[in-house]
Amino acid sequence: MPKNSGIGASTKRREDLRFLKGQGHYTDDINTYGQATAVFVRSNVANGKINGIDISVAENMPGVLAIFTGADFVDVGGNPAGWLINSRDGTPMKEPKRPVLAHGKVRHVGDAYAAVVAETEKQARDAAEEIIADIEELPALVDMAAALKADHFVHDEIGTNQCFDWGWIEDNRAATDAAIKAAPHVTTLELVNNRLAPNALEPRCSTASYDQGTDAYTLHTTSQNPHLTRLLISAFVMGIPENKLTVIAPDVGGGFGSKIYHYGEEALVLAAAKKVGRPVKWTADRSEAFLTDAHGRDHVTKIELACEKDGSFIAFRTETLANVGAYLSNFSTVTPTFLHGTLMAGNYTVPHVYVNVKTVFTNTAPVDAYRGAGRPEATYSIERVIDMAARELGIDPVEMRRKNFVKPDQYPFASAAGLEYDSGNYDALMDKMETLADRGGFDARRRESEAKGLLRGFGVNAYIEACGIAPSNLIGVLGSRVGLYDAATVRVNATGNLSVMVGAHSHGQGHETVFPQIVGEMLGIDPLSIDIVHGDTSKIPFGMGTYGSRSLAVCGSAVVRATEKIIVKAKKIAAHMLEAAVDDLDFVDGQFTVKGTDSSVSFGEVALKAYIPHNFPIEDIEPGLEETAFYDPANFTYPSGAYACEVEVDTETGKVRIDRFTAVDDFGNVMNPMIVTGQVHGGLGQGIGQALLEKAQYDSDGQLLSASYMDYTMPRADDLPFYTVDHSCATPCTHNPLGVKGCGEAGAIGSPPTVVNAVIDALQSGGKNVIHIDMPLTPVRVWEAMNNA
Amino acid sequence: MYAFEIERPATIADAVAALQDEDAQALGGGQTLIPTLKARLAMPATLVSLTGIGEMKGVCLSDEGALCIGGATTHGTVAQEAAALYPALAALAGHIGDPAVRNRGTIGGSLANNDPSACYPAAALGSGATIITNARTIAADDYFQGMFATALDAGEVITEVRLPIPQAANYQKFVQPASRFALVGVYVAKYADGVRVAVTGASESGVFRWTEAEAALSADFSAAALGDLGVSAEGMIGDLHGTPAYRAHLVKVMTGRAVTAAG
Ligand SMILES: Cc1cc2nc3c(=O)[nH]c(=O)nc-3n(C[C@H](O)[C@H](O)[C@H](O)COP(=O)(O)OP(=O)(O)OC[C@H]3O[C@@H](n4cnc5c(N)ncnc54)[C@H](O)[C@@H]3O)c2cc1C
Repeated sequence: MPKNSGIGASTKRREDLRFLKGQGHYTDDINTYGQATAVFVRSNVANGKINGIDISVAENMPGVLAIFTGADFVDVGGNPAGWLINSRDGTPMKEPKRPVLAHGKVRHVGDAYAAVVAETEKQARDAAEEIIADIEELPALVDMAAALKADHFVHDEIGTNQCFDWGWIEDNRAATDAAIKAAPHVTTLELVNNRLAPNALEPRCSTASYDQGTDAYTLHTTSQNPHLTRLLISAFVMGIPENKLTVIAPDVGGGFGSKIYHYGEEALVLAAAKKVGRPVKWTADRSEAFLTDAHGRDHVTKIELACEKDGSFIAFRTETLANVGAYLSNFSTVTPTFLHGTLMAGNYTVPHVYVNVKTVFTNTAPVDAYRGAGRPEATYSIERVIDMAARELGIDPVEMRRKNFVKPDQYPFASAAGLEYDSGNYDALMDKMETLADRGGFDARRRESEAKGLLRGFGVNAYIEACGIAPSNLIGVLGSRVGLYDAATVRVNATGNLSVMVGAHSHGQGHETVFPQIVGEMLGIDPLSIDIVHGDTSKIPFGMGTYGSRSLAVCGSAVVRATEKIIVKAKKIAAHMLEAAVDDLDFVDGQFTVKGTDSSVSFGEVALKAYIPHNFPIEDIEPGLEETAFYDPANFTYPSGAYACEVEVDTETGKVRIDRFTAVDDFGNVMNPMIVTGQVHGGLGQGIGQALLEKAQYDSDGQLLSASYMDYTMPRADDLPFYTVDHSCATPCTHNPLGVKGCGEAGAIGSPPTVVNAVIDALQSGGKNVIHIDMPLTPVRVWEAMNNA
Repeated sequence: MYAFEIERPATIADAVAALQDEDAQALGGGQTLIPTLKARLAMPATLVSLTGIGEMKGVCLSDEGALCIGGATTHGTVAQEAAALYPALAALAGHIGDPAVRNRGTIGGSLANNDPSACYPAAALGSGATIITNARTIAADDYFQGMFATALDAGEVITEVRLPIPQAANYQKFVQPASRFALVGVYVAKYADGVRVAVTGASESGVFRWTEAEAALSADFSAAALGDLGVSAEGMIGDLHGTPAYRAHLVKVMTGRAVTAAG
């Protein structure tokens, strides 16, 4: 029987009603008295020396309140990288300063070198057009391999375009090389993981105000993690004391990673608000979003899979160039390393894994985590090369994977890439996938397609990912400069309803619905009497925000721990009220009952007593009923899945149509199946977008060619099939209280190789000797691949 | 966007008068012009809105049996009102952009703009249409003069488009994946005196007639009749979404499909 409330119920998302009715409050909706507007002046060349900026005309234009250039920020700090990665030789990564506004040099198209604050947006734009910058264009560094060889640099002061040269696990390098050398079969694949623009529906927006009386700032901003943003601004960039800065991320219209990071615009509006003595707002337009939101992926990889003739894996060896763009964004150094390299054993018992990643500065927008962050790159490489090896060896691709799976009795399993998988059952996922995808009926469907003149292909994929990020002790050793715990405060109000303050931020995930389901179930009360408070550093405990499919596994665990503390205290109060011993009480369905009697008090009565503590044992129990817990996970969580995709390819045009897509995932325990299904659908949409449609394409001058929706293809409903989604093969996570793993990124991780494998299968079935096509598999690329085969 | 004045004339005469000012510009549905203004790529002092002019709106049949469409008629209206009279044209109109675009964008705006990837130019050229302006009538064969270039003079307004109704016709649009304009669109129309084939999206010179295919199809209206005819890749558009060779290839594929679909 499906439940209709509490844990496991498909409760409809309560937040959706306000979004659908236009009652949400996004940053741009918030307007304050006296508010001025900031507009940025951005480079239209990819690489240039700033010889001078003439603001003399602009500063006298109507409505102009202030103009800033890079010179105004030379004394404040740079926007730092969150992880210090060391090169194979032990030297630390190169970390050039990322200033609030470009100074001396502009380093990518869209790099802001000045900002105008004016009474109105129109006046600010008019003045911005009159700022005359003398920028001497320099040759752009766009291609990574060329940048590594070049004798001029994105950052002159570091004398190289390489950020670091990382090996994982460096001590395993020689053994991996030797194993590959001796292997009976080696499959080699060179591939590109295409660069993506994140395209949150809501563009970035920041509004700052400064209160002279208290010397305190408030920043409303489009952020996935307001506390981290505050920390970065306070401790690294502006030096504003944390207690004098409130960061509020109200409703946020999607992030997908791009709103994890602190951006210079946030610092600019804070500085401007103080200087002009008025609130200052900046709202990105869509062009700014394309040019300046941190992009995702952009790897060029060579992967080798060594195996026995029977398909048993011996080794994976990977060499990757990863683009970090013009500046290090906050998580740009961990995404291609620890979020990628540690996953390079996949779901497999392969004994040898070695990964080399060189990160490269180029004159392009910064690149950072985007839905999946590193794990899609790993999965794509592994699952593409496995498919290719299976084809070379004449082994069924499903059987090849099964042969090498970690088996259920092997957990906890230490992977050759350094992680300890806690639970899983990959064969069960494959079984379920083969059934739901009706693999047995594929041949008949292929014949039907062929009768229509179309080629049909079946592609599979098995993935594992590491999320629920992250155990602070472990990541501290690896180079993280932050901890990745989360926090929750459960406040029981006097009248028995609850406010739960959480460190995670909801911008599409449904926290406002799911967290109350959990707390409501634990306390035996109606989830609708519980509200979530998030996104405001003045109200919530210090949490690390939402990304890396961490909200439920980490923040949800903190919610559980805080609620447990509430129960402990409430029980003490109830024991006092019932004149019984704590151990003699049961707590069921919101009632505290003395065992074996009908003597009981409700949770609501206990709450009232806590706040009206007459006849209260104040020497033993404090009044009030409010508890906070911080939760730091013991390990990552490891969702896994088996996906299948069926495509039809029109060989005359190269057009690919996805006919079926089956996603079978193990997310551990599921709190709200409907929301999980929705998260999978969204992830699949983005993964299919990467596979077939999306690419942020720069030309050799560093101009972004796909800088609008005229050229950047977002997936639309009719590009996507009806999905078959299942999460019944659950193996609970063993180290968090809810047994949950995280579902936010899985679809985007597992789907790209599934789609590409299906297309290759289709082309091969038509006698086309196409072994690989780089994403996105647009009609022209598929057509060219067929013609060149 | 820069500031501008807006005029809303009710007659063609008033519109034409208002457009005498050299800094004035006609505004149809605004689906091309407004984005251009938003990006500050144009700076007209006055916009003269044509969509309030009753005599420029609507779909009807002329005495000679041609379909007459007012220059300010929206794509959505054409999709509905031409459905019975000229189904291939209605279908084309019904696949321009999305409902919001079709409810505002106009045939006059589309033809005046003459985007090399737009759909209506293919229909107009493929139907041997007559473009009627406030000043004169222009045959489609004379009207299209390359990418974004037409025979219109400054301040000249398209008031009506007349399209002879063919015996059979079809438009095959292979969409550019991002914009969903035509990567290559081919309009084939069969008339008693021969077949016309107009191609949009493909050429750096804008919409064009594929005359070799017209001759072959006039003799035998079947995809097979195209035989090994083909257009050269030279002069075709090359961009993120297709090389010149790919576009040249698609011209033939889409022509064949249009002929088959027209039946
Ligand atoms: C999202 C989107 C998708 C689209 N998809 C397609 C598509 O698939 N296929 C396609 O063909 N088009 C497409 N379009 C373009 C659309 O059809 C436009 O409506 C059309 O190109 C311009 O018509 P308009 O009435 O909006 O003209 P406007 O934008 O108002 O004007 C365009 C130009 O024409 C001039 N003008 C307008 N009306 C007249 C007139 N009667 N006489 C003389 N000059 C005039 C204006 O001065 C201006 O220079 C799309 C547009 C959008 C926004």
